[in-house]
Amino acid sequence: MRKDAQAVLLLLVGGTLLKISLTGTYVRYVRPGLLPLLVVAGVVLVIVAAATLWQVIRRPLRILVTGGGAHTKAGSHLDDPETDAAPDHSHDPHGHGEPRVGWLLLVPALALLLFAPPALGSYQASRNGTALSSRAESDFAALPEGDPVRVSLLEYASRAVFDQGRSLAGRRVVLSGFVIAGPNGQPYLARLVVACCAADARPIKVGLAGDVPGDLVADRWIEVVGTFSERTDRDPVNQDVIPYLQVAETRELPTPEQQYES
Amino acid sequence: MSVLDTEPASTPEAERPDGRRRRRRLGSVEVLALVVLAVLLGREWLLSLIDSPRALTLVTVFVSIMVQSMPFLVLGTMLSAAISAFVPSRVFERLLPSNQVAAVPVAGAAGALLPGCECGSVPVAGALIRRGVAPAAAFAFLLASPAINPVVLVATAVAFPGRPEMVFARFAASLLTAVAMGWLWLRLGQPRWLRPARTADPHTERGWPAFWVSARHDLVQAGGFLVVGALGAAVLNVTVPPRWLEVIAANPVFSVIALALLAVLLSICSEADAFVAASLTQFSLTARLAFLVVGPMVDLKLFAMQVGSFGPQFASRFAPATFVVAVLVSVLVGWVLL
Repeated sequence: MRKDAQAVLLLLVGGTLLKISLTGTYVRYVRPGLLPLLVVAGVVLVIVAAATLWQVIRRPLRILVTGGGAHTKAGSHLDDPETDAAPDHSHDPHGHGEPRVGWLLLVPALALLLFAPPALGSYQASRNGTALSSRAESDFAALPEGDPVRVSLLEYASRAVFDQGRSLAGRRVVLSGFVIAGPNGQPYLARLVVACCAADARPIKVGLAGDVPGDLVADRWIEVVGTFSERTDRDPVNQDVIPYLQVAETRELPTPEQQYES
Repeated sequence: MSVLDTEPASTPEAERPDGRRRRRRLGSVEVLALVVLAVLLGREWLLSLIDSPRALTLVTVFVSIMVQSMPFLVLGTMLSAAISAFVPSRVFERLLPSNQVAAVPVAGAAGALLPGCECGSVPVAGALIRRGVAPAAAFAFLLASPAINPVVLVATAVAFPGRPEMVFARFAASLLTAVAMGWLWLRLGQPRWLRPARTADPHTERGWPAFWVSARHDLVQAGGFLVVGALGAAVLNVTVPPRWLEVIAANPVFSVIALALLAVLLSICSEADAFVAASLTQFSLTARLAFLVVGPMVDLKLFAMQVGSFGPQFASRFAPATFVVAVLVSVLVGWVLL
């Protein structure tokens, strides 16, 4: 792979990182806190690409200005093996020092630029067990003010299971998430919790009891208002507890930008 | 050599001494443009290929691993380029004990200074070796750094609230494994397993021009191998049924090996693996410790990157040995501390 092609490749990768950072689609893949690092990485990649292009462009200019004889002196310290150590290549069938594997960087860059893969949803949530016990706590402060009060799915499920619903007693809560089908076809409300990137996404599932519309389809985003319910299920995947919410109202939501909880 | 790579940039056709214009061969930049054009034109057809939830999940997991890793890869390659271009060898000679046996634990403990995950540590270890650091010491650094730096230890503490012993156990087991592997390399390692230094090593040059050459080269190479590993990890992420874990967790011996293997296959960033380990509640703490110790040292993307930086001869010996040592040390430390 020639130096200028590598520069174009790095420019493409850096530009892709900047694009998903600035348009906000990066939250489909990583936690929001990574934004500054992504921007810095994108800028650095663009700078390295620019410096490489500058080296490529400057060398022929020097040859033109100083004459071909200066090539070995002026150019040699910039050159790296893949472009100029031609005699060595014959001994080197694997092309050491020549990052041909770098072509693969096109795959993620083009996938992000042209397809913008969607955030993970019901498929990943259904095949993984609810990840509630990773947050086992014992001390729960009182819920914030508000009626109904908006809490995250993780927050509701933790209080329902580890606090036995005590801090939820007598309160109406609003939960939002997407619908997945439970083991017997009943709808669960689910969110994916992402610690770092979508590869470590783990679902939190909450069962819906009471006044639930019959036409909920998987992956549809909804908002439910309800109260704590004693009822629980066991997740068939990992036998973890799935708490329930006694639903009073259901609203459809447009799919949000920020789909993961963290 | 393939057609794509042979064209020397310094020999334009017009300069050929015989004056005969050779038919211009396809250069890298032209291929790059053609690939992008083809993907643009075939976009609809490519989209129809990934039209199932599983395929979409695979693509999303793959690009997520890449997006998550890029900042740390960039950090690691910039650091390694800076070491190559600006830090003289004598600095490391002064910082590390000249006795290699003593240098290994010092280098391992120094791993705590590089914040971030494992993607950055491979190029840095490569640069250390090129700067004359003993390979055994550089490998101790390579293994220890992604697991014992403060960022990862804090993440571990957050993921295991009320269990500070998990943080100590992770720190101790990771450092012990790294030092043990360094010493093992001193006793058994063969220099010929390591890919020889590049013939015209750009890293012998100094200053800014060398910095840019090294940065560009390491980014493209390590990035390419990262793609290989991320693809493998994404495929496994969507194909290994989580239900299997349920069956395995029942057996204490098998559960340790199973979680260690899972760490290799999933290739989760060391800053996130504690949260995954915490969620594997059906497993014993010792099994989860093995997951946290093995993951940052041996996994698919690291293996691919080690092949790229140190050669297949090295990686195919070093990675399995590290796996065995890491599992044994985890069991020992788990038995004492957990």
